Formats: sequence, C-alpha cells, structure tokens
Amino acid sequence: MSLLLQILLAFGTLSLLAIGGANAVLPEMHRLLVEVHGWMDDATFSQLFALAQAAPGPNILAASVMGWHIAGPAGLAAATIGMLLPAALLAWAVAGLTHRLSGAAWLKPAQFGLVPVAVGLIAASGVIMAGAAGTGWLSWAIIGVSTLFVWRTSLSPLWVLAGGGALGLLLL
Amino acid sequence: MSETITPGKAALFLGYAKIGLLGFGGVAAWARRVIVEERRWLSERDYAEVLGLGQILPGPNVGNAAVMIGRRFHGLSGALLATAGLYAGPLAILIALSLFYDRYGTTPGVAPFMQGVAAAAAGMVIGTAIKMGEKLRPPPELLAVGLLAVAGAAVLRLPLPVVVVTLAPLGVWLSLRRAWKAGAR
Repeated sequence: MSLLLQILLAFGTLSLLAIGGANAVLPEMHRLLVEVHGWMDDATFSQLFALAQAAPGPNILAASVMGWHIAGPAGLAAATIGMLLPAALLAWAVAGLTHRLSGAAWLKPAQFGLVPVAVGLIAASGVIMAGAAGTGWLSWAIIGVSTLFVWRTSLSPLWVLAGGGALGLLLL
Repeated sequence: MSETITPGKAALFLGYAKIGLLGFGGVAAWARRVIVEERRWLSERDYAEVLGLGQILPGPNVGNAAVMIGRRFHGLSGALLATAGLYAGPLAILIALSLFYDRYGTTPGVAPFMQGVAAAAAGMVIGTAIKMGEKLRPPPELLAVGLLAVAGAAVLRLPLPVVVVTLAPLGVWLSLRRAWKAGAR
C-alpha cells in the first residue's frame, strides 16, 4: 500500500473517532503515528502538536502539519483530506436530515438538549487553557480581565488579545 | 431578538476566513462572535443548536457547524466555501510556521508575548461560554447538564467522547421532557 494511501486511511479513521475535536483523538493519533506506523518519534509528535496549537484555526489542523512532516506537500494534502472529509460528509448528511425533519415538533427541543454539552465544553476548554496559561499573578489578572471584557462588552476580543500580548512582552 | 441577515456566497467565505485567521486558541469564541454578534447570520439560539449538533458528531464542532450553516444558506457551494474559508488561512500560516519553526521559536520576545496572548485567549473562551449561557437562559436542569460537562472535561479530565456520549442523551431527554410537559398542559 502506498504511503499516501496509508496516511489517508490513518487520518480518515481518526476523523470518525474525533467526537469533541482534535484533543479527543490525541492519544489514538499518537498510537497510530508513533507506535503503529513509526512515522515520527515522541518528541517530534509533541512539537508538531504544540506548533498547531500556537497557530490560529481549529486544532484539527495538527493532522496537516503531521502529514507534511511524513510525506511533504502530498502528505499534507492526504492527511488534511483524510481528517476533514469523513466528518464533513457526516455533518452534511445530518444537516439534510434535520432539514427534512424541520416540521417535527420534537426536533427543536431535542436539539436544544445538546446545547448545554456544547457550551459546557467551550467553558471547559477555557478553564483548561487558563490552567495552562495561569503561571503567576499577572497572567491570572489578564485571564480575569479578558473574561469580564468578553462577557460584559460587545467590543472586539482583539483588544484584550493585543493587550495581553503587550503586557506579557513588558512584564512576563 | 434582532433581525438576521442572509449572507451572500462571498460574505460566507470571508466571514469564515475571519473566524479561521483570528481563531487563536479558541475558534469557538470567534465563530460565535462573527456569526451571531457581528454579521447576525443566525440568532444566538439557532447558532447554539447548530453547534450542539456539531458537538456530538465527530470532527471539530465549529467545522461541522460550518458545513451545516454553509449548506443552509447556499447548498453544496455554501458548505464548500464556509469550510474552505475556515481552514485555508490557518493552513497557510501553519505551513509557514513549520518551514520557519526553528527561527520562530527562538526569537526574543515571542515567548512572553505569546504567554500574554494565551492568558487573554483563555479569558476570551470562558467569557464566551458565560455570555452564551446568560443569553440562552437554559432551564435549571439543562444548566446542570452544562455544569456537569465543565466538571467532567475540565476537573475530572474525562475523555471528551465519554462526556459527550453520557451527557448528550441526558440533555436531549431532559429538554424533550420539559417540552412534552409544556405541551400537555
């Protein structure tokens, strides 16, 4: 089996397991790429994942950098398509289903029942990020001010992101 | 609730490109900001419902929501444009970063700047969740489900699929029960 096909299949499998996004499949991704296929060592895997987190955009793009590392631009394409396509097809099908069922009285309340899980997991990722970023009084102060700013105002969060960066540069 | 605005194809692509490029550390916060507050494509509740479905499906919830929202407005081309907008910018940045990785990591000033941004991004994500909770006003039993999700994922550090598979059916059941009771009265 060609390397590109193997990459496509490995990430395609991960795509369908990734309930909750990229962080949910991190252990399985590590097992497949490092232990099963031996495409990279432990340290490289961690560095590439950290790199993807430092960039903007969904964390799932870690797959793309790993594909690049394994087989260059073609590897990047194979990993990205493998990771995105199966999940996107499923989302497409479900969107069609909810559209067909849109007259059903139970659909809206059923969907609203999923909202607390989605919002709760956004809050949880914020708390986990705060735990990692809160290294001293200044970073905790930035976290607190930024929480209040985004919650209580409708100004662009860019202000606090830039302010946080500037304070970090001056004082951290 | 204010009026919503149906985006054209170019607006759909550009809106999602903004979400992708600004989505440092928390793409979910920026997606809600752009879709609900800035461009008013969907109401708070409509957006939350799409995101809820995106959450129980595999893949990133914001990515799944992009497919569903793109389809709702412009069919297949909408889904493709929203998805391309979301991923193209970050992918280009990521490629550049991996090419210049060694130089980028050791430039003086980058690390403390990024530490400060990371702290602000954490606050941005928490603030977004509080704001959504406040505007959606869930009944007490659904609020409890949301708090359980926070506790399970952030405190107990349970695997996300475990949290979703246990709490999603519970939330749906509680929400349907409330709707049924309201309808029976």
